Order: sequence, then C-alpha cells, then structure tokens
Amino acid sequence: MSNEKFEPVIIGFTCNWCSYRAADMAGTARMKYAPNVRLIRLMCSGRLDPTFVMKAFANGADGVLITGCHPGDCHYIEQNYKALRRFQLLRRVLNQMGVEPGRLKLLWASAAEGAIFASEINKFVEEVRALGPLGWPKEFQQVESTPVMEVTA
Amino acid sequence: MTERIGVYVCHCGTNIAGVVDVAEVSRWAGKHLAAQGVVVSRDYKFMCSSLGQELIQKDIKELGLTRVVVAACSPHLHEKTFRNASKGAGLNPYLTEMVSIREQDSWVHTDKAAATDKAKAILAGGVARVAHNTELEPLRVPIHPATMIVGAGIAGIQAALEIADAGYHVYLVEREPSIGGHMAQFDKTFPTLDCAACILTPKMFEVGSHPNITLLTWSNVEKVDGYIGNFTVTICKKARYVNTDTCTGCGICWEKCPWKVVDKVFEAGMGSRKAIYTPFPQAVPKYPVIDRENCAYFKNGKCKACQIFCPTEPNSIDFNQKDEMLEVQVGNIILATGYQLFDATRIPQYGYGRLPNVFTSLEFERMCNASGPTEGKIVLRDKKTTPKTVVIVHCVGSRDENYNKYCSSICCMQSLKYAHLVMERTGAEVYNCYIDIRTPFKDYEEFYKRVLEEGGNFIRGKVAEITDVARTPNEEGKLIVQVEDTLIGKQRRIPTDMVILSAGIEPRHDAKEVGKQFGISCGASGWYIERHPKLDPVATMTEGVFIAGCVQGPKDIPASVAQGAAASARVLGKIQQKEVALEPVRASINENQCSGCRICNNLCPFNAIAFHEDRMVSEVNPALCQGCGTCVAACPAGAISGTGFSNEQILSQIEGLLLVNVDGNLTEAVPG
Repeated sequence: MSNEKFEPVIIGFTCNWCSYRAADMAGTARMKYAPNVRLIRLMCSGRLDPTFVMKAFANGADGVLITGCHPGDCHYIEQNYKALRRFQLLRRVLNQMGVEPGRLKLLWASAAEGAIFASEINKFVEEVRALGPLGWPKEFQQVESTPVMEVTA
Repeated sequence: MTERIGVYVCHCGTNIAGVVDVAEVSRWAGKHLAAQGVVVSRDYKFMCSSLGQELIQKDIKELGLTRVVVAACSPHLHEKTFRNASKGAGLNPYLTEMVSIREQDSWVHTDKAAATDKAKAILAGGVARVAHNTELEPLRVPIHPATMIVGAGIAGIQAALEIADAGYHVYLVEREPSIGGHMAQFDKTFPTLDCAACILTPKMFEVGSHPNITLLTWSNVEKVDGYIGNFTVTICKKARYVNTDTCTGCGICWEKCPWKVVDKVFEAGMGSRKAIYTPFPQAVPKYPVIDRENCAYFKNGKCKACQIFCPTEPNSIDFNQKDEMLEVQVGNIILATGYQLFDATRIPQYGYGRLPNVFTSLEFERMCNASGPTEGKIVLRDKKTTPKTVVIVHCVGSRDENYNKYCSSICCMQSLKYAHLVMERTGAEVYNCYIDIRTPFKDYEEFYKRVLEEGGNFIRGKVAEITDVARTPNEEGKLIVQVEDTLIGKQRRIPTDMVILSAGIEPRHDAKEVGKQFGISCGASGWYIERHPKLDPVATMTEGVFIAGCVQGPKDIPASVAQGAAASARVLGKIQQKEVALEPVRASINENQCSGCRICNNLCPFNAIAFHEDRMVSEVNPALCQGCGTCVAACPAGAISGTGFSNEQILSQIEGLLLVNVDGNLTEAVPG
C-alpha cells in the first residue's frame, strides 16, 4: 500500500443551478478530470448544513468541496454568501480540531464554467493527495475500543 | 429495511457502457446493496426508451417496489421521464431518484476500473438517499394570462403579435422612444435584399394599434417579483414631456426645435436629430420625446419653442411631466433585449475614430438607408465624394482571441450585402478581407455566388492594419489596408478610399444586471443561458422567463423571428394550461420544535418566513418559499425541514457515497 499513490476520496456539494450544471457541462464537453470526487446535489449552496461536512469526514472523506454560483449570481439571490460564511467558520473549526483547512475547498462555478470546474477538481485532488489520508473512521474505531474512564456523578 | 428498492443502470448505448462496466455495477448493487433494501437490479441499453421505462413499471407492479433509482444521465435531462414512468405504474413520482453516471462519470473519466468504482459509489449514494424520500405532490399555482415582453426589436415584436393575436394581453416594454430595434436602422436585408422598413413597419404599426398590446416605450423594468404564473413587475415610464393623449405626431415641434443633437443611437453618430424627436419617420408610437440633457428649456429655462408651436388644443408639451411607476401582473416574461455592436475603437490598429473614412457596419447601414443621413448615397465622411475603392473587413471583434472568440454569425452575409450595395450604387472596386466565408442558411450561399459573379474581390486573410501612412505615390491620400493574402501567401497593401469594419455583435453592456433582475444568468460569452442548447433554446433555468433573439446568441433576422414565435408558443402553452405545477421542494417549520429565535426570518431573501408574535413561532409561506434550504441548514433547533432535500436524505447519501473505497471495496467503517 505504502508504495502506491494515495487516492483520496472527496465529497463535493453542488448547487442545482450553477455548479451542478457546470459538472453537467464538463461531462457534455467530455472534459476529463480525476475520478476522486463524488457529488451531491443541493438546491443551493445555502442549504449546506455544516453537519454535512462533518458527516463526510466522519464517514471517510479525505476532502470536501463546496461549490455554488458566483457571488451575485445565486439563483436564490444571495444564499451563496451564507455558504461563504459557513465555509469560513468551518475552516476555523476544522483547524481547531486538528484537520488541515486545506481539506475543505470552496469553488464558485457558473453553469458555463465546466472547464474551470474540471481543472479546479484536479487541483483539489492533488492538494488533498499531498495532505494524505484523514482516516477519521479508523480513529473513531480506536476511540471506541479504548476503555473510557467511568464518570460517576 | 422495509423499503423495496429497484436499481436500473443505463448503458446509454456506449456513452456509459463504453467506460463503466454497467453489468458489474448492476450485479454489485443487487448483491451488496441488498442490505440497503435493493430487491432488484438491472442494466439496460437505453433506460429512457419506452422499453426501458416499461421494464421499471413492470417491476414496480410485479415486485411491489416502493423506491426506484435510475443510474443514467443527468437528472436535468431525464428526471421527469423516470418520475413520470413511476407515476404511470402507481408510484409517487418523488420516490424515484436519478443519479448521474454519465456527465459525472463515464464522460469525464478514462480509467475504466476507477469509473466503475465511482459509479458504484454514486449508485450507493442514490440508494441510501431514496430510502428517505417521501411522497410529495407538486404545488399548483394559477397562471396570470398576461405576458410581459422586454425589448421591442423584431424578436420581441414577433412574440408580442403572436400572443396578442391569440387573444392574450401583452405588455411590451422598450427602452428607446420607438419600437423596431436594430432592424429599423437597416436599409436592405440579406439575402433577398428586400427593404427592411417595408417588411418591418407594417408589423410595428400592428403592434402600435393592437387592442391586446400595451406598448410601453421610453420605459425600463425596475423590479421583478414573484415566480412563474404570478410575476409582479414594476416598470418606470420615463417622462416624455409630451402628452400622448393629445399629441397627433404632426412633427411641427421637432421642425421648430432649434437644438440639433448628434444621434448616437439610431443614426449611429452619422446624423443628427433635435432635442425633441422621434428616432425615425415611421416610429411607433408616433409621439416624440424630449431629451432632457440637450433641451434648452431644461438646461437654462428658456426656449419652449416646441410648446409655442404645438398646434394641438390643449397643448401637448408638458414640461412638468414626471417619471411614472407602473406595477403590472404577468404570468410569463419574454426577454428579447437584443445585442450591441462591437466597439471598433477597441482595435486601435484599424483606426476607427482616428481615420475618418473607416466606417462601422451600423454607420454604413445608416448611410445606405434612403431616410438616413446621406439619403442612401454611399459617400466618404465629407458627405460628397463617392469612393472608387472600398475594403470590407470581416470578423472585426469576432473570432478573435483578443476580443470575442465566437462567430457573430451575421457579419459574412452582412459584408456580402455591403459589397453588393457598393457595387450597385457606386460601381467602386470592392475587396472583402475574410477569415472564412460562412453562408450556411437558405439562399445564403447563392447570394455569395452572386456577389462573386458581380465582380467582388475576396482576399482570405485577417487584416493586420489600416493606416494612412503612404509608402508609394499611388498610396498618397488613401487609406492602406495591410493584409496577408493567405491563399497566395503574400502580404498585400490595398490603397482604398473607404473601409467598412464589419463589426461583430456583443451582449448588451447591462445584460448581466438585467439577467439578474429576471433570475437568469449569462454564459462565458455573455449571452443568456438557455435551458438546453439544443432542445430548449428559448426557455431559461427560471420557470416562466423565456428568451428570444440575439440575447440568446448571435443570429440574423429569420432566426430572431423564429425564436420570437417559438417563445410565444411556449408562453401560450403555459397560459392555456391555466395552472402550473411547481416542484414541491419547500421548507416547513415544525412549530413544536421552533424556539422562536427568529434566526431564519432574516435569512430568507423571499420574505417567505413570517413570525407569529402570539405563538412565538415562525412559519413558512409555501407560495413564496423557493426551496433553497438555507433556513433548514441554519435552524439551531432543527425545527425546519426541507422536502426533497431533507437532512436524512443528504446525510444518508453521504453515507452511501462513502460506502465504496476508491479501490472499489466496501469501506469498513460502514456496515454493509
């Protein structure tokens, strides 16, 4: 295993109107990118509950990509700004938890930017690859198997 | 697991099956996702075919499926197809999910093993998610029968007439004082060479007098609220300073007005108008407007010549008129706001604006027009000398990495038309400097042939420079066009009297802002994005907002007319349905869990969340909610749920997506 190239797993959140269509466009135009990202469609990046990001890491993702419409282009007027705020907070929280902020990326992509979408995914995959595996599920297992001190009230 | 899930993996011919091992994906799902509730898993060549759909329907009936997952193309393409298929077999359509293993997998990856593993992961995500889907019913809202059309060029005019003739009301909004758009500026139209005014003005007149059309010229759309079927549009009717109830359009006011202004809009800077004016004689409506910036009365309080000479009783000139805000209710909107000409000064080496006898295409159109500044005579900037040589430069600002990469599509035919007109009216020698000649539509190639036979010279090469610096005596006093003739492989310097820059067309400078108002966005080149580039060119991502003409991309008059008619057909279809079904993706608040913190209240950009002071809880108005889900994500009490995209659905999908390792094995972390 150690000789093999590490292949990260990345969960990507897309909004229904811009970035999901950017992914569609990259597909239609047959632009190639790394197969490490698995996408989830939300209606809007504003729907991104920070829990989703934690859940992805907890279940074995090495990186999480949040994507949405460009500022000012949101289908729901301004909800991507809320995603931006949550992203900034999440990076801090993750940092405090010992997770490299580089494992979380925010990307604005319009429906016409299939090429940008594809190239940014490639970049992010390489960045996460360089960080190595996160391995939260394994850590959780270890924590569970270590005897915990009984706390009595 | 009580759900009985059916999985259907599409080959899409070789589109998916060429890269993803679909049989393996289907087999794997049947075996390893059984714990998730999968009772049947099949692959089929074309799932979207009627046979494929029947396969699903048969399984729903015979195997008692309660959920369906189709792994195929993007849900934006076929989600409706498969949901309808399920509905046909008695299953609520929202219990069927699509996952994209084509656009997101087979089309973007080359490594077959990795793509197959990714397909498994994507499918596992879909299966995990669908188990939490709930039965939903689409929201039905009535459609207001009136339509607003923005932009009254030929596309907007055509759309307005089609809808009005069908018996429904149209608000036609135009920012200029008259309708007609660019077509009204032209003299002849290719390839038939019929006179633009002769074919356009009857249509304009019809619009002006149609009982079902409310014409709002000299007006801007200020605000758009609502959604399909129920838009509330605020329109600013700018002050004309002319009372349209009494004005007869006799023209005495602009005859008497002493203030001449260069007309940069309609005459493209070639001619002038007065401070009170109609842009052209056949303008519809016939009433003039006063241009505040150039009117002496508005500048220094003196003059009033128009008012003094106005023969109507009571006097039609009203300097106290104010801008008027109008609010109208419409069910659908068509945007036909057209294009603007590429600004040729952006290419300094072509000398436009510096060398007087370099003209733009629009300037030349006005020059050719019988009612234009030179009364149809083709002359140099001195307005007397007839040119003996004319060079027409193609692709100015189009097909050019430095400006616009796209082909403006009209300039080849427009340049051929100019070549014909120059030869016909002046007998001058004409050179066309082109990159490629593109004449793809009906009778276009024949027209090219005709111009060739008439003696037009064609030089294949992009013009490098236009200069007035002579190198030889025969270049003295002339413009010199430097071009490489790529067919003979030689540099040429063509001395000429006149150059016409066949400038390309560009999206309007404010297309982006206007699009934002209507909830639609621009593509990389700035044209509005259609719902589907091939199959749905006049609809947009926003329900109830349609596009027609050059706003969607460069096109000529026949194509603009066709799109205007197409958009109106789409609108009429919506009106006839009387109501529209909206996706039931909405947020709702569980009052028992709501703590009344009001965090969600200010997050909603649609003001869909109201706070009830008496009960201290917030409530979502489903008619206003657009389903973005921001409040769902923000509620600290978890009291808000979003149908169609619930926390359970998304969290399960994350679990499902991570069920498979990159090497294709099931992860240890998750049971299964």
